Amino acid sequence: MITILLIVVPFFSGVVSFFIKDDRPRRALIAVCSIVHLIMAIAVFNFYNKTQGPLAEWFGFDDIGIIFLLITSVLFSGASFYGIRYLSDEEKYAHGGVKGRGLFSPEAVFGGCFQIFLSTMTMVIASRHLAIFWVGIEATTLASAPLIYFHRTKMSLEATWKYLLICSVGIAVALLGIFVLAVANNNRADLFLARLIENANCMNKLWLKAAFLLLFVGYATKMGLAPFHAWLPDAHSEAPSVVSALFSGALLNCAFLGILRAYQICAAAGLGPYCREVFTVFGLLSVIFAAIFILRQGDYKRMLAYSSVEHMGIMSLGIGFGGIAVFGALVNMLGHSLVKAGLFFSAGNILSYFRTKRIEDVQGLMSGKTRRLGVLWMLGFLLITGTPPSAIFFGKLIILRQALSAGFYAVSIIFLAALVIIFIGMARIVIFMTQGENTCQARGDDSYNVKGLTRLCVPAVFFAIAIILGLYFPDWLTGILESASRSLGGP
Amino acid sequence: MMKTEIAQFALSLIISPFLFGVVNRTKAIFAGRRGAPFLQLYYDIFKLLKKSAVYSTTTTPVFIAAPIISLGAVIVALSLVPFAGYRSLVSFENDLILFIYMLALSRFFIVIAALDTGSSFEGMGASREVQFAVFAEPALFLSLVALARAAGQMSVSDIFSRSAFSLWSSYGPMVFLVLGAFFIVFLAENSRIPVDDPNTHLELTMIHEVMVLDHGGIDLAYTLYAAAIKFWLLGSLLIGVFFGPQTFGWGIDCVIFVVSMVVLACIVGIVESTFARLRLLKVPHFLIVALALSVVAVILTLR
Amino acid sequence: MGHWLDFIGVTVLLMNLMALSSSRIKSCVRIVAAQGALIGCIPVIKYFPCVAPVTVIFPLTNIILKGVVFPWLLLRALRAANIRKEVEPIGGYPFSLLMGVAIFVLSYWVISRVSGPGQPASVLNAAVSFATFFTGAYIIVSRMKAITQVIGYLMLENGIYLFGLVYLKEQSLLVEMSILLDIFVAVFVMGIAIFHISREFDHIDTEKLSQLKDIMATGQDL
Repeated sequence: MITILLIVVPFFSGVVSFFIKDDRPRRALIAVCSIVHLIMAIAVFNFYNKTQGPLAEWFGFDDIGIIFLLITSVLFSGASFYGIRYLSDEEKYAHGGVKGRGLFSPEAVFGGCFQIFLSTMTMVIASRHLAIFWVGIEATTLASAPLIYFHRTKMSLEATWKYLLICSVGIAVALLGIFVLAVANNNRADLFLARLIENANCMNKLWLKAAFLLLFVGYATKMGLAPFHAWLPDAHSEAPSVVSALFSGALLNCAFLGILRAYQICAAAGLGPYCREVFTVFGLLSVIFAAIFILRQGDYKRMLAYSSVEHMGIMSLGIGFGGIAVFGALVNMLGHSLVKAGLFFSAGNILSYFRTKRIEDVQGLMSGKTRRLGVLWMLGFLLITGTPPSAIFFGKLIILRQALSAGFYAVSIIFLAALVIIFIGMARIVIFMTQGENTCQARGDDSYNVKGLTRLCVPAVFFAIAIILGLYFPDWLTGILESASRSLGGP
Repeated sequence: MMKTEIAQFALSLIISPFLFGVVNRTKAIFAGRRGAPFLQLYYDIFKLLKKSAVYSTTTTPVFIAAPIISLGAVIVALSLVPFAGYRSLVSFENDLILFIYMLALSRFFIVIAALDTGSSFEGMGASREVQFAVFAEPALFLSLVALARAAGQMSVSDIFSRSAFSLWSSYGPMVFLVLGAFFIVFLAENSRIPVDDPNTHLELTMIHEVMVLDHGGIDLAYTLYAAAIKFWLLGSLLIGVFFGPQTFGWGIDCVIFVVSMVVLACIVGIVESTFARLRLLKVPHFLIVALALSVVAVILTLR
Repeated sequence: MGHWLDFIGVTVLLMNLMALSSSRIKSCVRIVAAQGALIGCIPVIKYFPCVAPVTVIFPLTNIILKGVVFPWLLLRALRAANIRKEVEPIGGYPFSLLMGVAIFVLSYWVISRVSGPGQPASVLNAAVSFATFFTGAYIIVSRMKAITQVIGYLMLENGIYLFGLVYLKEQSLLVEMSILLDIFVAVFVMGIAIFHISREFDHIDTEKLSQLKDIMATGQDL
């Protein structure tokens, strides 16, 4: 029952937000909705093993699902608080000069789509039927496209179109994969996950391999694995920072979940080694791509986007190495979502203050008025690249350990080299941005648009959680992660 | 039954120029004119047979020989083609290849003769003609191959001797595609609109006309007659798809066949009157459509 | 019966080729819409003698949505964008046509190699479904205008649906409806996006939508 509520409540709240004319009540609604969602998520977490109810066959959370749900919900709560402050601060810069052309004002569209986005992501995480999962993922694409276009500029329109088309085509490939999977299942169109895993042994192996590849490619497009990541840098740099945070922290995970579901079925059918090869290849490719493109970045949000590509690659490698690396991949996912969201929030702060996305125009974050921004930025960079005590460090360590003990020497060397290159690339950029004279003050521009502490607190809280997770893993969390990694072929 | 076959062959030779008269009369009706008499081409050919030809000093004996060779090749091809579902005058295993080659030979000599004159104008027409042949010939060949695979035989007579009903019921879609490809190739090979305008005398727009421009007297008679026979030839392939063997008696079958050829000529006349000629750049596109249809038809027979 | 299905398959294939070679966007939209409606008729034909209302409702919705609603949405966006013709695709129209034929040959080859539970009701229709899928993908890749890319996406979905019809014996109504609804919303959103693009840029040529890139000349502003 609560599962259904988790999906339905944000959806209705979103639809209602379209029709609210005033900005303030709408923002309050967003905050309320995300808090309610978080509370319900925690409730589900405590009771989910006993969840029975209507539609239990279609929607429900297993171990993997509950982790994803918690991440999404926490991220959304932080994002909505940050987003509310962001919207009220940005009111002056009236969305690219276009105010309310059309039926709904841009902010109404933003607020409504924001919550519908949450609803569709929850639907994706909760679905236990592959076709409903597919519907949910396509729905997330459609719900989030207007979010990218919030600022109504030419660039953001270009980014929106690329995102819409590339992701829709990728997801259509995944649909074909679902049908191929049904054929592998002896032409029965029974797509319930549990039944598919049960029947996995009597499926036709050739068709199953084809289905896995199609599903992998389709959902990897949404997830941002190279070479299907073409939409990612554009969408992340043009969307408002709130939206980019959610993309990196929650949406990419949902797409990853799709691949994991396919992997579960194939592993149950005995195709585990084959699937892991696929994971390793694309994971390595993503990390290499990210390393190459981060080196000469001119835009700090694009840099963060490529860092997301890198981390998706790391997660994919983790699954590919098998064994305890699956646990490491999940830890990495946790850490990445939190830290990347915090980084994007900080990027939003920098953008509000400096009004430019170019790295060379931003300098001296750690001096003067933007001290706190600079500290957060530097801290975030250190956490995301895996400096202890970040949770990401933990994750990468476990993955590497498994890689070396399983004998993937060549892959590990390339992986490490790529990580080093990424560290150097990001360090160059972040150090450039944080040290030196504060260019804004030098210009005499004193318009400090980041009012109040919310926009600084939210990323700070996320970073704090990531650091705590790096130092101490609560038992309940370890328990869930272990059972999740077990269902994914871990120890 | 050699008698019937010789009779069929003679009938084809005699009736083919009549079809051009039908086409022209149809066009005239559409244009609101009275038009030339039906037997105009016969009069033209006989008139030309009595005249002598003038040869340019730049030409070689090839130029003199070409019209006769092309006529001969087309007549040989005619002898391979079945009439109303009956066997043709000459037929042997795999004579499909010979058929295609004879048509190609005829075209080759026309083109060679045009190039032989040394005029750039003819050269231009020759290059255009050959450019279209690049697409039209494979289309024709593949369509015939598709029908051959459907019939299981490679002889032209045998292809068309299958019962029409059984062909359509087991390979219905394929036959449609083949018909489409055939019709386009028919229009292209006979230089009809929308590929080429037979009535144009403007240098920039002529394609086939250019190459027969230099022939006069007897040579022109041969060329015109060869064109008429080619029309009959390809038309009987097109209609042959509808005919099964020996449905009614021989006489009635022949009559029906001739009538349907006349109907085909009327259709060509209608097409010529209602469509405009395609831009020169679009003609290869048009022919590629025929090629595509014939390739698909071949694939469809690969059961 | 099988005869009719083969006819439909060949017609779908011909529609692929027509869409590949047509330069008028309006006719492209109509061809793909007719294709979707035609494929939607297949379930009705399969179950022809014993047609219950339940089995008819989804195909009917499918036909109406794909045959009427989608072209209406797209033609509306087209009118707002005020364009008539497509720019030459990569390689030109004849090349696209030949690619379409090559795609079909390839699909037929692949399908004829496959065995196992993949014994489709009709090999021809299976090959056509693959061919439609890849033709849709080719249209997305080779065309410049945003609206033709949406047309390619619709053809992609047509191919996938035909694939499902050929191989799978029964389908859940709910699942099909939800997939259809999703595609409807997708086309709707894409139509709105095209409308915005045409308004912002005065064209819908996606080749010119290439401002966002990684390697930029020095001094070039974002």
